[in-house]
This record gives sequence, structure tokens and C-alpha cells, in this order.
Amino acid sequence: MENEDGRFLKLLHLDLPLLLGLLAVSGLGLVVLYSAGQRNLDLVIGQAIRLGLGFVIMLTLAQVHPRHFRFWSPWIYLVGVLLLLAVMAVGDISKGARRWLDLGVVRFQPSEIMKLAVPMMMAWFFAEKPLPPRWPHLLMGAMITAIPFVLIAAQPDLGTALVVGSAGAFVLFLAGLHWFIIVGLLGILAAVIPLFWTFVMHDYQRQRVLTFLDPETDPLGAGYHIIQSKIAIGSGGIYGKGWLNGTQSHLDFLPEGSTDFIFAAFSEEFGLVGGCLLLTLYFYIIARSLYMATYAPDTYGRLLAGSLALIFFIYAFVNSGMVSGLLPVVGLPLPLFSYGGTSLVTIMASFGILISVYSHRRTLTR
Amino acid sequence: MTNNRQLGKKAPSGTRLQRVLALLRAMTRDGLVLSVLFLAAGGMVARAAYLQLIYKDFLQEQGDERYLRVVEVPAHRGMIVDRNGEPLAVSSPVDSIWAQPVVLLSQRDRWPQLAAMLEMPVAELEQKLAASLQLPNEHLATMSAEELEQKLADRKNRQFVYLRRHLAPSVAQQIVQLKIPGVYSQREYRRYYPDAEVTSHLLGFTDIDDVGQEGLEKALDAQLRGIPGQKRVIKDRLGRIVEDVESIRMPQPGQKITLSIDRRLQYLAYRALKATVLEHRAKAGSAVIVDARTGEILAMVNQPAGNPNNRNELQGDLLRNRAVTDVYEPGSTMKALTIAMALESGRWTPTTMVDARGPLRVGRYWVRDVHNYGVIDVTHVISKSSNVGTTKIALSLPMERLWQTFKDVGFGALSGVGLLGEQPGILHHFTKWGGEIGHANHSFGYGLSINMLQLAQAYTVLASDGLRRPLTILKREQPPDPSQERRVFSAQAVRQVRAMLELAVSKEGTGSKASVPGYRVAGKTGTVHKIVNGRYAGNRYFSLFAGMLPASNPRLVMAIIIDEPQGAYFGGAVAAPVFGRTMGAAMRLLNITPDDMPSMKVAGVVPPPAKEATP
Repeated sequence: MENEDGRFLKLLHLDLPLLLGLLAVSGLGLVVLYSAGQRNLDLVIGQAIRLGLGFVIMLTLAQVHPRHFRFWSPWIYLVGVLLLLAVMAVGDISKGARRWLDLGVVRFQPSEIMKLAVPMMMAWFFAEKPLPPRWPHLLMGAMITAIPFVLIAAQPDLGTALVVGSAGAFVLFLAGLHWFIIVGLLGILAAVIPLFWTFVMHDYQRQRVLTFLDPETDPLGAGYHIIQSKIAIGSGGIYGKGWLNGTQSHLDFLPEGSTDFIFAAFSEEFGLVGGCLLLTLYFYIIARSLYMATYAPDTYGRLLAGSLALIFFIYAFVNSGMVSGLLPVVGLPLPLFSYGGTSLVTIMASFGILISVYSHRRTLTR
Repeated sequence: MTNNRQLGKKAPSGTRLQRVLALLRAMTRDGLVLSVLFLAAGGMVARAAYLQLIYKDFLQEQGDERYLRVVEVPAHRGMIVDRNGEPLAVSSPVDSIWAQPVVLLSQRDRWPQLAAMLEMPVAELEQKLAASLQLPNEHLATMSAEELEQKLADRKNRQFVYLRRHLAPSVAQQIVQLKIPGVYSQREYRRYYPDAEVTSHLLGFTDIDDVGQEGLEKALDAQLRGIPGQKRVIKDRLGRIVEDVESIRMPQPGQKITLSIDRRLQYLAYRALKATVLEHRAKAGSAVIVDARTGEILAMVNQPAGNPNNRNELQGDLLRNRAVTDVYEPGSTMKALTIAMALESGRWTPTTMVDARGPLRVGRYWVRDVHNYGVIDVTHVISKSSNVGTTKIALSLPMERLWQTFKDVGFGALSGVGLLGEQPGILHHFTKWGGEIGHANHSFGYGLSINMLQLAQAYTVLASDGLRRPLTILKREQPPDPSQERRVFSAQAVRQVRAMLELAVSKEGTGSKASVPGYRVAGKTGTVHKIVNGRYAGNRYFSLFAGMLPASNPRLVMAIIIDEPQGAYFGGAVAAPVFGRTMGAAMRLLNITPDDMPSMKVAGVVPPPAKEATP
């Protein structure tokens, strides 16, 4: 039996430890969503269907051999950039940002594609270059990342831009950037931030940062989210108020309690213990993903898988950091937990690619 | 199980750890990644612990503050009842529908449904919303969603607008059940006046928040209001009460107030007054009935009147309690007091003859009568209402005496009843009367002004054998306190005056239309020229009547004024019938023994006081 099971999983190119971690987080997420979404079962069912779809996508991509990803990388990247340009020209505006592209049949955010396309392209580019990379290649890589980053940041969508930018940066880092270059880049970054602040960022983004630094200055406006979120987390205490007993989320004081701020709703009901458990699960998934990345058979796979694993880390910790008031508010969902479909699909796709890289190692080495 | 585990079992246990350590040594890069990971996780746990352990109490308190609220529970306003416990003003529960404008604004497709239930056009609903948000109305329909969003962003604090107040609870319930986001109901109390305009001037009214605004509702507001209770509730962000947690203080209902008013007499007086005002196309009218034995006000009515249950009819002109707020020159009704004073002095008796041939020259002025009455006795001075005779009698006595008499019956001072807006009228000190002509004028009721309550009070003194008792609008639970009574006239003088007043209501007197079959009525008419632009107008009058019955032992006193009757204008023709119409029914209602039945005359049975009073 055990052998057959193992063989079956191998046949499906699935990694059980990772799968268990993902199932645990998404299952817990559904339970929390039921409470955070005011006991709206439709919401939970909708999310379950999206999760199911996500798992199917993951399973499908896991079957694809990494060499196909590698082959298609530049083309996906190219199409992605073109779509971003199209968004700039004819995109739909919603909530003051131009992010959506309406293709008649489906409406989607091309920036989501770039979350995968940038690390793929970067990995593709550096996979054939001598490592550690040389100066011209570094500049080229920086360009590959910077173009979509700027296009997305201009929409404006700081959260996605951050993910896309860090995806590129992770590949550069994993490709073996010299330490002095890292330090130098950090220095340049420090120098660029003020310029970025003045010329690139929008008012509401600046406001978010300012509010993060001192939420109490605007308790009814921009600071409201952070204050309410901190109150929800703090009033949970060690053991929490119990499932379905959270007052801040149920009485609607916690804004976005089922989407971006679901971590606060969760912490109110499950307390410090629940919060630590969830963080542990995330940590476990990230660790497993990184571990799998180390098994990648070639440079392309290693760079791509490593970058994807670290993006998941960015999601989880930037979101929980922002909800608990450690980081400024950027619109990133808590992966596998927050209600909403677009980013969920991207995340599950990235796990599919990760598993594919990991599970096809034998066939490559053979 | 998985491939990995099987591999792990077969291999020496240290293999994987050794490999990780080797990796760490070889690739500091991965080490960095791992340490950043650990750092981030550690930071998060530390942050959570900081919020949930150290900062917890503060944040929990902040959280509680957000949803635990203390709200007021409206107290039931006290009822106003008449002396027999019949309700005159009651509060009934109603519901008011209110909305959060910002929320309701986004429910445009539900507006028609809501407007229909609220019985208002959609345009009106829209206007209410626009007004509450201070948006110009015409923009609302045409504004783009984003434009609207922008404008609403800085108006988020405007959380409240009444859509419709005081609906029947059943209707409000139906509206709430539509479950339109942002629409709520709120329990309130609405004041209802069963007798509508009949009691409107006396009771006044409350505003939409149930606070007394006029009349007794305002004067007695402190007792009627009650104390609102408090309860702790759980409210959500939108201010909806989700759950009652505890009652902090029960609402204390306001006191019930029992008035001295007899609702039946009030109604009779109102009906008679209204009929007369209509019949004579008069501008206005007032009437007051007082219980002669206790000083309790049994009725106080006015014309014109409005229905206090209909807020559109709450206009100053319809609301004024003219019986106390308006003052008039009382005219011939004062002659009874002048003669009572004269009898009291001992210089005059009912049979003393007076030369009433006029006109009489007083200083530069002439005092006239309607007819030349010749030489008549004092009784006929009253019954014929002779100005000349009254002047002669008054001038034979000191001016101060008359002033003192007027003062003693309560003129120029507030009655002390505590009705809102009462005017004391004007009674100048006698030194300012302007000599003899002023003296003469005052003796037949010119040069001073009083309100109808004061007139009724003065005649109550005549009705109660010369004793003045404080008037009251509240029911007396005990008989009036003798220490508060003051003797103004001797009983004998008053009885003699009553006999004269009986003659005045007889067929040969001026007030025969005030007669009530079966009862002996004592009363005096008055007809006064109105002052227009500071001069006495030749063709505009006040018609007055003040009287009491049964004359042998008076129980009820009534004072009536009709403002500017058209056509007939004599007090005997206009005001006296109001007395007759009201009192006939009143006597039967109160079951008062008749003192003027034919059988009594045959048997020779005459009540003792009447015997004394007969001239």
C-alpha cells in the first residue's frame, strides 16, 4: 500500500510534505473565513472553489517538464510586458488605479502574470550566463525587472510592484551577486528612496507610509485600518476569543476583515497561540519550498524555484507585518487565507512550477 | 509514504543535518536567506506577543470602547387627565425611520420601494439624502460614481438623517423588514390629544422630540417628562444595535397630572362658544368656568382653535390661550363690584334711590346711558346697567376704596395658577386715574384691563359670599385651605349684589338670555368699545358676560368674552347665550339640585340664602 501510494504521488509529481502544508493552511483559512465573513457560507464555498481551481492548476503545472517553462519564459515575459503596455493605454480604472484589462470574455490583471514571468525570465537569462554574473549581465537583469516594475508601479499598484521587483532581486541574489554589489545596491536604494518618494509615489501611497509611521495622526481616515487591526489582534490575548466570537470583525469595526486584514480577524479569535501556529505553518511551507529548490537539477530551476519560494515568504510576512503594524500598508493578501481569487491562482501556479522543478530532477539527471 | 522518508530511514540519521550544515558553510548566501527568514518569523512572533501580551489590556479596552455603547432609553411622558381621570394628553409609542445617507445612497434601485412605504415621492427621498449630505440635489442623479465617491469621502461622518418620523410601529416594522442597507427604525413617543382643539389652548403641545412647547405641556414639563433610562448595548460600526447587554437605569416615566378641568364641561363650553363665534362671525372668544366652592378651574376654552394632533395647525393665532394671554377693559361687568363695595360701605342699600337721569357731566366729560332711566333704586342701577347711576354711587365714596376693591379681587396681578403667557392686565394706582372722570370710568369698567380668568375670579368672590380663594388648574385633593382665603366683601353685601344680578338676568334685565330653566342665575353683561389705534372705535365691540348659578348657593362661575361680533353686539345678546347654553347641560351633568322649580314657588319653599338676598 505504502509503496503504491508513494508511486502514485510520484506519478502525479506531487510532494506530500508541501501538499500537507498547503492543505493545512487553506483548510484553516476556510474555517477562519467563515467567521471573518460574517458566517456567509456562500463566501466560503466561493473561496473553496477557487482553492480547488488553484490546486488543479498546481497539479497541472507540476506535470509540465521544467524545460517547457524554460523554453516559454521569454515569450511569456514579452506578452506580459505588452499586456502591461496595453493596460496603460486602454485599461479599466477601478478604485483610482488602472490595473484591469477587459478582453471581452475575461477581465484580468496582467500584473499578476508578471509575478511569475519576471522570475522565469530572470532565471532564463542568468541560466546561460557565467555565474556569478558580470556587470553587463547584471545591468540587463536589472532592466528585465525594472521595466515591469515601473509599469506596475505606475498603475499604481505598489503591492504587486513590490512582489515583482523582489522576485527579480531574489533571482539576482541567488545567481550569486557579489556581496559588495549587494551592499552597493542597498546604498543606491537608500539614495533612490527620496527620489521615489517625490516623483513616483502617489499621494495615497505616501499617506499610507506616513500613517504607518504614526497611525494616530489620522485615526478616522488612513490610520483607521491599522488602529482597528491592532485592536483586533491585541484584544485576542493569548488564547483568543474563540471561533465566531471576535467582536471587532463581527461588528464590522475591522475593515477588510475577510480579505487583506484577515490575519487580524484570525488573531482576535485564536490569539497568540493561533497566530504562532499559522506563522509556523507558513514558515514550514517556505522552508520546504527552499529545501525543494536546493534539489533543482539545473541553474534555471534552482533560480526560479528559489525565487518563487522567497516570493511566498514576501507575501506571508509583508501581509502579517502590515496587519500588525510592523510594515506600512501595501495591498498584499495573506496567501491561501485572504478571500479573493486572482493572487490565489498565481500563488498556486508558482507552487506548481516549484513542484515540477523538484519532481522532475531524476528525469533530468538520468 | 514518500520517497524522501524512506530514504531518510535508510540513511544514517545525521545525513540531512550534515548536508544542511555543509550547505550553510559552503553557501553563506543560503545562510543569509535562512537567517532573514528566522529573523522575519521571530519579528512577527515578537510583534504578536507585544500586541497580545503587553499591549493587550489597552487594546482590549479600546476594542470594547468601540462596540459597547451606552444609549438612552426614552421615558414615557406622563399623561394629563381631567378631574375624573379621563385622558386629555397621552403618549403612544411610535417608530421613526432613519438612514445612514452614505449607505442608502448606494442603494438607488431600492429607493422607489422605500419611498412607497414612506408614502413620499422618490424625489423627496432623494432630496432628504442630498440635504443631509449637503450635496446639491440636481447633481445626485447625474453625478458619476467616482465623482460621488470623491464627494462622499469627506462626508462619511454624517451618519444620520430622519426619513420619516412617528410612523405606526406596524408600518415601521414593515420598512425594517425590507432590509434595505442603511435604513433603521427608532422607538419614540408621540403625544396625542383625544379632545384635539377643545383642550388645545390649555394643554399646548410638545415638539417632535416630546418636549413641552406651549401651555401646560411646557409649564408642567419637568413633572411630565420623566427621566430617560440608560442601557449598555453592542453596536456595530454602522451604529446598529446588535445586542442589549444590560440595563444601567430603567427609564422613569413622567408623572401623571390630574387637572381640575372637567372634560365634559370643557366640551360644553367649547361647543357653545364656537357656535356663538360662528353665529356672530366674531373674531375670537374665550370662556372660563370656575368651581365657586374650591376655586378649581373646570373649563377654559377659546376660539379660534387648531388641532394639536396636526402639526400644520400649530399656528400662534390658533394656539393662544386668550383666556389668560389677552386682557380687555371689562366694562359693565365691573358694576357688580362697584355696587358691592358701595353696599359694604353702609352708605348704600339695595333700595336707596339714585337720580340716574343723564347725561351726567363729570369734569370736561359726559357720562351717558343708552336710555334715560330716571330715578331708580340701586338694584335697578345694576339690572338696567346704568352708567350714570353707577358713577353717582362711586363718586360718593373715596377713589381709594374702589381701587382697593379691584386689587382685592385680583386685578392687576397674576392669578397664580401658573398658566403660560398669562397677562396681569393693568390696574393703575388710583392717584393716576386722572381724577373724577377716571374714578367714574373705573366704576363701570373702563381704564383698567383684565383677562377672563381674572373676571371669573372676581365673580367667584361674589359667588362664595365674599371670600377669595386661590384659583387652581390642578385638581384639589383636599378642600381649600381656609388660611389661604381672604374676605373681600361681607356675606350680606355679596348676597344683596347677587339678588341684583339675578334681576339683571331676568326678563326685565340686560342678560335674560343667560337664564337656565330651573335654576336661578345671577350675572352681568358688558359691552365695551374696542380701542383701535388708541381711540374707542364707534362700531367695534367686545361682548362680555360673567355669571353664576344656582344663585341661591352658587356652584359654578363662568366668564365669557366675544371679540368683535358682527351685527348684534350687546353682551346680553351675544355673550349671555353662551352662559345659558353651557350651564343648562352642565347643571344636569353635575346633577345639581334646581333652585327655581315652579313647584317650589307654589309650596313657598325658598332656600334660606336666597330669602336673605331678595330685595
